[in-house]
Amino acid sequence: MLSGAEMVVRALQDEGVEYIFGYPGGAVLHIYDALFQQDTVNHILVRHEQAATHAADGYARSTGKPGVVLVTSGPGATNAITGIATAFMDSIPMVVLSGQVRSDWIGDDAFQETDMVGLSRPIVKHSFMVRDPRQIPDMIKKAFYIASTGRPGPVLVDIPKDHTAPHNTFPYEYPKKVKMRSYAPVTRGHSGQIRKAVDELLKAKRPVIYAGGGVIQGEASEALTALARKLNFPVTNTLMGLGAYPGTDEQFLGMLGMHGTYEANMAMHNADVILAAGARLDDRVTNNTKKFCPGAKIVHIDIDPASISKNVAAHIPIVGPVGQVLDEMLAMLDEQGSVGTDTKSLERWWQEIAGWREVHGLRFETNEQGPMKPQQVVQALYKATKGDAYITSDVGQHQMFAAQYYLYDRPRRWINSGGLGTMGFGLPAAMGVQFAHPDAVVACVTGEGSIQMNIQELSTCLQYGLPIKIININNQALGMVRQWQDMQYGGRHSQSYMESLPDFVKLAESYGHVGMMVEKIEDLDSAMEEAFALKDRLVFMDIYVDPTEHVYPMHIADGSMRDMWLSKTERT
Amino acid sequence: MRRIISILMENEPGALSRVVGLFSQRGYNIETLTVAPTEDETLSRLTMTTTGDEKKIEQITKHLNKLIEVVKLVDLTEGAHIEREIMLMKVKATGAQRAEVKRTVDIFRGQIVDVTATVYTVQLTGTTDKLEAFIAAIGETQVLEVVRSGVSGISRGEKVLSL
Repeated sequence: MLSGAEMVVRALQDEGVEYIFGYPGGAVLHIYDALFQQDTVNHILVRHEQAATHAADGYARSTGKPGVVLVTSGPGATNAITGIATAFMDSIPMVVLSGQVRSDWIGDDAFQETDMVGLSRPIVKHSFMVRDPRQIPDMIKKAFYIASTGRPGPVLVDIPKDHTAPHNTFPYEYPKKVKMRSYAPVTRGHSGQIRKAVDELLKAKRPVIYAGGGVIQGEASEALTALARKLNFPVTNTLMGLGAYPGTDEQFLGMLGMHGTYEANMAMHNADVILAAGARLDDRVTNNTKKFCPGAKIVHIDIDPASISKNVAAHIPIVGPVGQVLDEMLAMLDEQGSVGTDTKSLERWWQEIAGWREVHGLRFETNEQGPMKPQQVVQALYKATKGDAYITSDVGQHQMFAAQYYLYDRPRRWINSGGLGTMGFGLPAAMGVQFAHPDAVVACVTGEGSIQMNIQELSTCLQYGLPIKIININNQALGMVRQWQDMQYGGRHSQSYMESLPDFVKLAESYGHVGMMVEKIEDLDSAMEEAFALKDRLVFMDIYVDPTEHVYPMHIADGSMRDMWLSKTERT
Repeated sequence: MRRIISILMENEPGALSRVVGLFSQRGYNIETLTVAPTEDETLSRLTMTTTGDEKKIEQITKHLNKLIEVVKLVDLTEGAHIEREIMLMKVKATGAQRAEVKRTVDIFRGQIVDVTATVYTVQLTGTTDKLEAFIAAIGETQVLEVVRSGVSGISRGEKVLSL
């Protein structure tokens, strides 16, 4: 016989949960008491509930397993909202347990009451409100199942305090299987559609594989890589898809979209067949959808039917798990013996791509006398970590530089808030990654704007001894806002400055960490080496860079994929 | 284009708010909405009318289908169907108008379900078009109060929406 609170904890144990990120409060005290009396589910105490959700999110992104969050009612729950929305936009599996006031007080504006099911409705895949303690095992089972199957996403379980009371006990049995008549995610793509897609790919003269975060979520990187190599097709990844295809591979064109490489965007615009795999053709990729890839037939694989033909109509839609669909494509190619692509056309296509790469690869200008460039910081980070770190990032220019200049050879190594663009994501996400991979090198690329949005987590990092390396690319400005103001608002830098910055070195030290400041390019490599040599310490590297630098290439608003600014003065 | 979407969904608290929330959150428009339990008390039947081009309707049905509580969904306007709406109306009925209102109600095959010295309460069932034609025939100045149920619908023939 278990109380509701004990059932919550037992269900987490039965789900195999290692870590739960949270913050206690009145409505969840019974659950915290039950957590205290066991030692298989490790509770990580953050300093703000938003950080709990991002940490759970980082854990989920780097492992593929759902991240788990526990917060109290009212402000605890509302603080979690940004992190839930972040996970929702990027389809990250997450289970959020929120406390609620006692059931007979609901609706009375009780202390710390908020309608969390209502508040979170547009940003969760599903939500449950416990109405009877006996529902707890079943609801938690369903929450994990829904969060991690189909198109993953966050699921909320709201638990009124009286339903966890220690004096009410019930028999406990954790369901082995979930049966829901109204939820059956697709498990296979339609073979006829897959056949049609393969035929289209084989006819292609100027193909591009455009792979997104779904390939990573769907564990389909191997199948994608095998297919691309077999067909000898160029591959581009979205911001969410980086690492789905090896970043150092010759067939990789780099990231596409608003800040994608010249060669990736040109290849997309000139393609005759595009294989969109686990990508949702969102506005940061397509630019003006009316001018998007005018000559291309689009084969679109997605597990979510609502993603297909939402922004751009697909010629061959395939609803299914991207891994299974790609495997079936590979099997069809194997069956017919020779691959049978138009190799002559492909050769010409690769020559064309080589031309774009040569003329306009990623580049930036350095200035021997002037301040160092943010791109150089990412390059130094790549060198110091031998390209093998987990990199989390915040949001802004530094995020784009980390996406462009760090080459991700493996999935789940690049952890960023792509859809919602949440500043403050990087540090707590890095905590989740470090918990999941205690021996791995984890670095958080951030800026002095973003890092201050969850800086309090330096305290959590001290408590749990997390040796994260914070790469603070400090340009004393909200760089991306400033860039748009330079380009579109006549250089009027409305509120995009960052004055009165703390001394980050002292700040890090006051939290018991190591702080380092780097101002000169000649000190950068040695400082990086020194920082990463401190294997058991968190190091906060405050690195001063050129505040006037912009991210390029950059799509020209309302243009096509090929319309780009390549520097402050050159455009296509 | 006007569509009638009919949904079988779990008869659970919060299910309706998810359907309605989806419409406001994604900028879709609900024109009418009716919902009630079915003969199977675990299920509710919801009928809504909405408008949009093909692409929008496709997105609406896809997103509705994604809601966990939605068990089955059909766009009734895709095939032959029957639609009905019930309207209760209070109409000014004095002097010569009393007979005139009665005649109009008869023509539309409505019923007068309550009477006072000055007011008729009329009940009328039919398609949205018919109800609107009746309001126009009565003349808006005569109308005191209107309450409409919103559209309910069912497909013609042997096709059924069930589990």
